[in-house]
Amino acid sequence: MNASGRITRRGFVGGALLAGFGGEALAQGFAGLGESAEGFAPVVPGRTFAFPADHGPHPEFRIEWWYVTANLSDASGNAYGTQWTLFRQAIAPGGPQDGWANQQIWMGHAAVTRADTHRFSQVFARGGVGQAGVEAKPFHAWIDAWEMRGLDPASDENIAPLELKASGADFSYTLRLGALRPLVLQGDGGYSRKSLREQASYYYSQPHYSATGILTIDDKPVDVTGMAWLDREWSSQPLASDQSGWDWLSLHFTTGDKLMLYRMRQTDGQHYGSGKWITPDGKAEQLASGDITMTPLVFTEIEKRKIPTTWRIAVPKMALSIECTPLNARSWMGTSFPYWEGPIRFAGSHTGVGYLEMTGY
Amino acid sequence: MKRALWTLAVLLSHWRRHPMQLATLLIGLISATALWSGVQALNQQARISYDRAAATFGGTRTAMLVASSGVTFPQKLFVDLRRAGWPVSPVLEGRIQIEGRSLRLMGIEPVTLPAEVGNAPTIGKASLQSFMTPPGEMLVAPETLADLKLAEGARPEASGTLLPPLRIQPNLVPGVLVVDIGIAQSLLKMPDQLSRLLIGKAAGKRAPLENVTGDKLRLVEPDAETDLERLTNSFHLNLTAFGLLSFFVGLFIVNSAIGLAFEQRLPVLRTLRACGVSARMLNVVLVLELVTLALAAGLIGLVCGYFIAGALLPDVAASLRGLYGAQIPGQLTLKPQWWFAGIAISILGALAAAATSLTKALRLPLLATAQPFAWQQAQRRWLTYQSALALAAFAGAGGFLWFGDSLLSGFAVLAALMLGAALILPMVLEVALSIGQRYAQQPLGVWFWADSRQQLSGLSLALMALLLALAVNVGVSTMVESFSRTFLVWLDGRLAADVYVNAANDDQAHEIKSWLRERPEVEAILPGGRADTQLAGAPIEVLGLPDHATYRDNWPLLQSADNAWTKLRPGNAALVSEQLARRLQLSVGDRIDVPASGGNWTLDVVGIYADYGNPKGQIAVNFAALTRRFPEIPLTRMGLRVAPANIPALISALKEKFGLDDRNVADQATMKAESTRIFNRTFSVTAALNTFTLAVAGIALLTSLLTLANSRLPQLAPLWAIGITRRQLAVIELLKTMSVALITTIFALPLGLLVAWCLLAIVNVKAFGWRLPFHLFPLQLLWLTGVAMAAALAASALPVIRLARMQPASLIRIFANER
Amino acid sequence: MTKDSPSVTGPVLYVTGLKKSYRTAGEEVAVLRGVNLTVSAGESVALTGESGSGKSTLLHLIAGLDAADGGEIRLADAEVSELSDAERAEMRRDRLGLVFQQFNLIPSLTVEDNLAFQSRIAGRHDAAWHSELVERLGLGRLLKRYPEQLSGGQQQRVAIGRALAIKPLLLLADEPTGNLDEDTADEVLALARDLVARSGCGFLMVTHSARLAATLDRQVNLHAGVIA
Repeated sequence: MNASGRITRRGFVGGALLAGFGGEALAQGFAGLGESAEGFAPVVPGRTFAFPADHGPHPEFRIEWWYVTANLSDASGNAYGTQWTLFRQAIAPGGPQDGWANQQIWMGHAAVTRADTHRFSQVFARGGVGQAGVEAKPFHAWIDAWEMRGLDPASDENIAPLELKASGADFSYTLRLGALRPLVLQGDGGYSRKSLREQASYYYSQPHYSATGILTIDDKPVDVTGMAWLDREWSSQPLASDQSGWDWLSLHFTTGDKLMLYRMRQTDGQHYGSGKWITPDGKAEQLASGDITMTPLVFTEIEKRKIPTTWRIAVPKMALSIECTPLNARSWMGTSFPYWEGPIRFAGSHTGVGYLEMTGY
Repeated sequence: MKRALWTLAVLLSHWRRHPMQLATLLIGLISATALWSGVQALNQQARISYDRAAATFGGTRTAMLVASSGVTFPQKLFVDLRRAGWPVSPVLEGRIQIEGRSLRLMGIEPVTLPAEVGNAPTIGKASLQSFMTPPGEMLVAPETLADLKLAEGARPEASGTLLPPLRIQPNLVPGVLVVDIGIAQSLLKMPDQLSRLLIGKAAGKRAPLENVTGDKLRLVEPDAETDLERLTNSFHLNLTAFGLLSFFVGLFIVNSAIGLAFEQRLPVLRTLRACGVSARMLNVVLVLELVTLALAAGLIGLVCGYFIAGALLPDVAASLRGLYGAQIPGQLTLKPQWWFAGIAISILGALAAAATSLTKALRLPLLATAQPFAWQQAQRRWLTYQSALALAAFAGAGGFLWFGDSLLSGFAVLAALMLGAALILPMVLEVALSIGQRYAQQPLGVWFWADSRQQLSGLSLALMALLLALAVNVGVSTMVESFSRTFLVWLDGRLAADVYVNAANDDQAHEIKSWLRERPEVEAILPGGRADTQLAGAPIEVLGLPDHATYRDNWPLLQSADNAWTKLRPGNAALVSEQLARRLQLSVGDRIDVPASGGNWTLDVVGIYADYGNPKGQIAVNFAALTRRFPEIPLTRMGLRVAPANIPALISALKEKFGLDDRNVADQATMKAESTRIFNRTFSVTAALNTFTLAVAGIALLTSLLTLANSRLPQLAPLWAIGITRRQLAVIELLKTMSVALITTIFALPLGLLVAWCLLAIVNVKAFGWRLPFHLFPLQLLWLTGVAMAAALAASALPVIRLARMQPASLIRIFANER
Repeated sequence: MTKDSPSVTGPVLYVTGLKKSYRTAGEEVAVLRGVNLTVSAGESVALTGESGSGKSTLLHLIAGLDAADGGEIRLADAEVSELSDAERAEMRRDRLGLVFQQFNLIPSLTVEDNLAFQSRIAGRHDAAWHSELVERLGLGRLLKRYPEQLSGGQQQRVAIGRALAIKPLLLLADEPTGNLDEDTADEVLALARDLVARSGCGFLMVTHSARLAATLDRQVNLHAGVIA
């Protein structure tokens, strides 16, 4: 934990997101997500989702995020990736208080990745005063100058079209996301199990976005187009106490199919996997832990950690056998909780692009 | 290498046979290093504190946004700026009263607090969660907690509201309480209001300020120099000047000790040269020897310096708190640079002091010449040269006086003046002694004066040290006495009420007032109040004075318009403190715009008053007008007019009835005694350093005399041979030293008065913003003369006693051919 | 002869059975083992002897600069060994002239002041005699100079002048020409002899030079602690 306890941005997470709950960060899973959820609402199966209300925040749950990744390319065919994330965390249970007494802390992460560079930025805000927040209708998620805003004509089922903006010291982007198909509930009707015990989250995605926009690195703007993926997830304790992190992938096949896969790594070496295959016509196939084989092939050393940046993925049930390589093996998010997140491409039985996220290394 | 070591061993053997000389050399180096590094440690300590204060949640080191008009602005502007890409963090500041003490309350927002701002203060183990969520925590410096006589975790009350539990924050600036911004807003009853926004260094696109907030906010650029640094500059310059002076005086000692050792080792050096040691090697070894000694002495000096600093720190801290409101912790923390700098200065000082001796060694002729040292010609050349330098220094002093307009130029005048005086001193002595010689009748008298003249070159450094130490002593004590006299008169005017009461809160104040109105012995109740705001970017106090004869008759005005007190009544006029008037170049008839709670308040300047010892600028307005413009200020202070005989009974009745203690109710005499005590403590450091400097000058004189005593035997032996007894010779030697010391002292007196004038008329005005009248204190001058003569007597006693008791054999040796 | 010159005729110095030993490195070294010596008024005596024979010691004892272990030193009517420290100083001041090898002038005083120094403190300044000394010593043009500005011979002439200015009973000189070249030495010694004869005092000179010793009235040799 944060021994010196300084109030700094770095110390904020060490202090607030973790310290309030006691225990070692990694011992209790990545970013304190394995902490006990006492006083918060539990995640139970059988929830009925309602939109647009569920696009908004669920303060009775401890943590929540709005997560967009995009695989883009410019006119010359150069590949790019962007990430836009808004995290919400409640530091104390109970109904939301007004003004500064509000218990919500917001954290934004944004990144752009190119084969030769990876830029990221992190911001924090307290809830209750308007510096950050999410409104369901019209849809608007923001922190400081970053935002994700629903545009007219809004479709609640598609959660589109959207305008997405973020900027850091040395990069910025503005993207317009459109989707013609509705969002997809992950897991069992939106109930996504994270372990064999009761750890779970509510989870839905919109994997069907097309994206256009401008991204700027070092004051040099480029026009880009491509595909994007939104994840919405909330929970009170998504990690089991013996889970140290996860490896997560979102894949766009050239065929128009989409695949979401993850495995929760457990300290006993028995990993818990899950996934969902979505066909272009909107059919979804749930993948169980036993259906998935994920094998690290190449490791990259970043900040004295060995990160598996190239993977072999096999789902025999779906005749899938691919090798995923990163656009930039050093897509390291050196934020308060550091993790790896960046665009990938894959080949083998299938080809396409996607995003890889690895936490807890 | 082997030869170098052997040579070094030969040279070092000298010290074994002359331990006293070695001691002298070491004492010189140690005292030079000790005083210098002690003073540096104090300065460094203070600077660290200022930096900390400056960095505390956005002092002047951080760029910030403040309201263009008024004291606070709506919180919405913070959100608007964040949404426009500005990395700002909100701060709300105000004052609260705990246990009758007024403290600064700061509300901060830890989540957006820029990393570079948060570096200085750290929030201990207390987690952010407990800091932010009700009841929150109130961070406090250990010193403040002790002042409040409260324990950690206690929850005191302020104006009837229960405060968050107190948590110790060791690095916090004393006198400040830090809470979460939301808690601050509710405690200060300023919901959704902010005092300022700290701007983080995070880069990124941000919209222009005007587009976001219009003209509501104003950018304040970060200041490399903090307010405290600016305010306390003079104090530290003063300390540094003393440190430097002591350092040079210490080097005088080193110089004479090394000079003597060199003279005595001349035959050894010649022999070494004759044995084939090259001049280069000899010099290398001499430097090596010196550096070794300087290293040892430097280390001891640093340790002594540490203790000196430790001993002076409480007084320095008290002075800085009393004079400038600067909070310095009572514990010394030293950076490694301090140690390195101390050792370096010791070595450099030793090399500088030995420069002449080393040059001589390099040019040492192999064969001794029979010719005695041509002192007469050399002395004339030296005197001419020094006097020319002195005139140049005086011209420099004049130049600084005429063209300079800063604190630094004020000190430059002083430095040039002192340098010039020190350089001209041998000439002054030469002239005085020549006059003495011309009028001497007896041959012994003639010899007395002539020999004193010859000794000048040997003694002059020590005498210069004495001159400087004395002049500074005269100057500083004249200034302190002048200040003291002015201060006491001023205090009489300022503390015109007979009893002072400070209630715990407004409600209690109200009760006390009602009760007092029923008491026949209370002739008048004079409510008081003060608000904090800023003027021209610097914080000022606004003092409310009730319209009462007590103030009209006693309040010490330096300048005023006709009927100034009448003009104050409607609330559109103000009296301005001298230091604020000097800083903003205000004079009677000018107009100022003071930010008040409801917007700017335009005031005519109708008078200027002395406000000694206040670091902040201050204006005084009508009390009723103040409460209208600053409705939120506590109205807990009041002064009472009571006949002296009734004071004790009234005070005990007040204490009993309202549970007040000595901190909340005091009579005029107590207040005066307290102010005077603080005042006296303010100058105790100066006094201590004064004494140190004089002592070091005394040691310099002693070592010079010891050095001379040995080299003078060949001059005294013939006199003894001719038939003057050793006792007579000793008396003559004593008289000679005393007379040159007396001449030096007499020269030091006017110089010291000039120094005092510089301090009062130039340095004080620039440093503090006030000018004090110059007073002469003849008794004090007489006393200092006595001290100087005592120092000279003490310094010459040892060599003189040694001479009087000298074995004839030592004297005969001078004549013996078969040596 | 001037009016207040000492009216002593015959011997001015009697030394009988004089003994002196020094303790060096824990060993007692007898330097003088019973010296007998007489110097009469107007007589010049050369005291010779090899290095370390005790010539200078004898001279220092006579001048009262040091105390003897035994024997007698009588200067005119005074027994030196019975005098107190202060009385010995008085004796040197009023009755003795001392000249040393290391000229031992007072560097802070001019030639004129150096010359008159002893006679003035002894209260026996005689302006005529002073002028005569200046003239005979050829110091007329050097009076305003300081010792450092003089040659060795000139400095020694000033020293002799200073010693004789009080018209001493006895002039004691310890290798007065030791630092001078041969010609200058001869010249200075000639002046000294001349002035001693003029003032009528006794003159005892320590020298290691047989050539110079031969120019004086009488020669005595100190050997093995006694005068042969």
